[in-house]
Amino acid sequence: MSEGSIEARVQRSLYAARRWHPAEIMFWLLAVAAFFLLPRQLLILNEIAILGLFAVSLDLILGYAGIVSLGHAAFFGFGAYAAGLFAKHASADPLAGLAVGMGAAGLLGLLTSPLILRGSDLTRLMVTLGVALILGELANSLGWLTGGADGLQGIMMGSVLGLFEFDIFGKVAYLYSLAVLFVLFVLARRIVGSPFGLSLRAIRDNPLRASASGVPLHWRLVAVYTLAAAYAGAAGALLAQTTQFVSLDVLAFHRSADLMLVLIIGGAGYLYGGLIGAVAFKLLQDVIASFTPQYWMFWIGLFLVLFVLGGRELIHGGIKAVVGRVARLGRRSPT
Amino acid sequence: MSVALQTFDLCKSFGGITATDHVDFTLAKGARHALIGPNGAGKTTFVNLLTGVLRPSSGRVELKGEDITAVSREARVGRGLARTFQINQLFGTMTPVEMIALVTSERLGRGRQLLRALDRDAELVAETAEILARFRLDDIMDERIATLPYGKQRQIEIAAAFAAKPSVLLLDEPAAGVPEAERRELMAMVAGLPEDVSVLLIEHDMDLVFRFATRITVLVNGHVLAEGDPDEVARDPAVRAAYLGEHAHG
Repeated sequence: MSEGSIEARVQRSLYAARRWHPAEIMFWLLAVAAFFLLPRQLLILNEIAILGLFAVSLDLILGYAGIVSLGHAAFFGFGAYAAGLFAKHASADPLAGLAVGMGAAGLLGLLTSPLILRGSDLTRLMVTLGVALILGELANSLGWLTGGADGLQGIMMGSVLGLFEFDIFGKVAYLYSLAVLFVLFVLARRIVGSPFGLSLRAIRDNPLRASASGVPLHWRLVAVYTLAAAYAGAAGALLAQTTQFVSLDVLAFHRSADLMLVLIIGGAGYLYGGLIGAVAFKLLQDVIASFTPQYWMFWIGLFLVLFVLGGRELIHGGIKAVVGRVARLGRRSPT
Repeated sequence: MSVALQTFDLCKSFGGITATDHVDFTLAKGARHALIGPNGAGKTTFVNLLTGVLRPSSGRVELKGEDITAVSREARVGRGLARTFQINQLFGTMTPVEMIALVTSERLGRGRQLLRALDRDAELVAETAEILARFRLDDIMDERIATLPYGKQRQIEIAAAFAAKPSVLLLDEPAAGVPEAERRELMAMVAGLPEDVSVLLIEHDMDLVFRFATRITVLVNGHVLAEGDPDEVARDPAVRAAYLGEHAHG
């Protein structure tokens, strides 16, 4: 076999990882179709899109770089408050507010990243949890700024791009969140397929070999933590803007814990896990809450236990089978 | 003689135990040098000091005449010092293509590129292909590394170190645990490395050492007991007593 053909095969292999799979295109078409097919569910669809974006953020650090976090809500909440305050006091423009939310959360990520560079998973869990708790308490006590336990009220959002006014049915809200999710998702997809993304996987797989391969671990982790924080901030900003309200709940512990659950359901390390997990989690929540509104956490807990103990392979196997079938359809259809 | 890597009065102690004891060591450019010694002689500690995994208690390490004692491990790789590990340290979820591409991309300084697609980087693709071909990994390049047989993994271990285009390559028991049949192929690969790469082989297997090395250093209790060409070392009574003799009994 000649050298040239090996080169071509290397290129093909590297390309395969970033090629758009038919199942992916289907996924996004379904997300758009949902707007037309489920006109009365747009508010929950909006929540799913936001949770999905938040989960993509966690996947960037957990699935790709191997950083566990029990306090990812810190960035979500910080972004939500930043966007809310910006809308209230500076400008009602949604995209500017989104940028502010991302920037603020990204900065917080950058500043707190030294805390997660060293230590074991347990240390990281505790440190991230601690940061989120501190922020939650700050938001609670700085009532003059955040509205404290009453929440940040009086946010009036302007129209998206000066064209689309937010409405009570959540039409614009869902499309706005979905568009932001899509753009940031495509960006994340590109990043994880870059040399930088490959080095993150190297760090996750084996830090010792990564450093012996010339990867500067600390700088890469700082970079991805900052990026993920900005993503979480974007999700928080979307929530603040589309609900025109920010409560202390955005920083609550359960938000970080739920997020972990979302990513475990969907699977970490391939970006779509966060989105699939978000859909599954919200549907589960909705279904269970409809027959037992008070005790739905009980069922979620039971589901989690069963899922982690054995159902995960089953469900992920099922997803893979479906994806494979779609792929075969996609391959057959052009001919 | 041009020097590739050198240590000056290098010491490392852990609490009361001296693992590296005033070692002055020179690796010549283009050398095929072996470092041997009984278990617990301090070989691994020495390698860890050379590569920056550990910081010495005192003394100095120089690479091509430059002091690298305070240089981080990853920066040492950039300066041309690469290693393999005694126990496989691979990226288990990656394929050989990805692993070699990663090392190559870091060497080419691509690691900070967030938006570039790997397959669009012609230089990266070409050099990755070259390494895969050289180490005969092309037929398994799309398999997950964790699922490959042990002998292949050992090959990837060496290929990944070599992909950093080092001027000095430290091989820590490259053939450890490899079945006899694959051992030859592996060592042929090591012997076939370009002549301008200086190789330090840390090895237990005397057969391999005497076949491969043109110079041997014997480490015992953290200090250099003897150094010379293979014949000299084999004849050295102190070495026989401390190491070869003991080996023969075992």
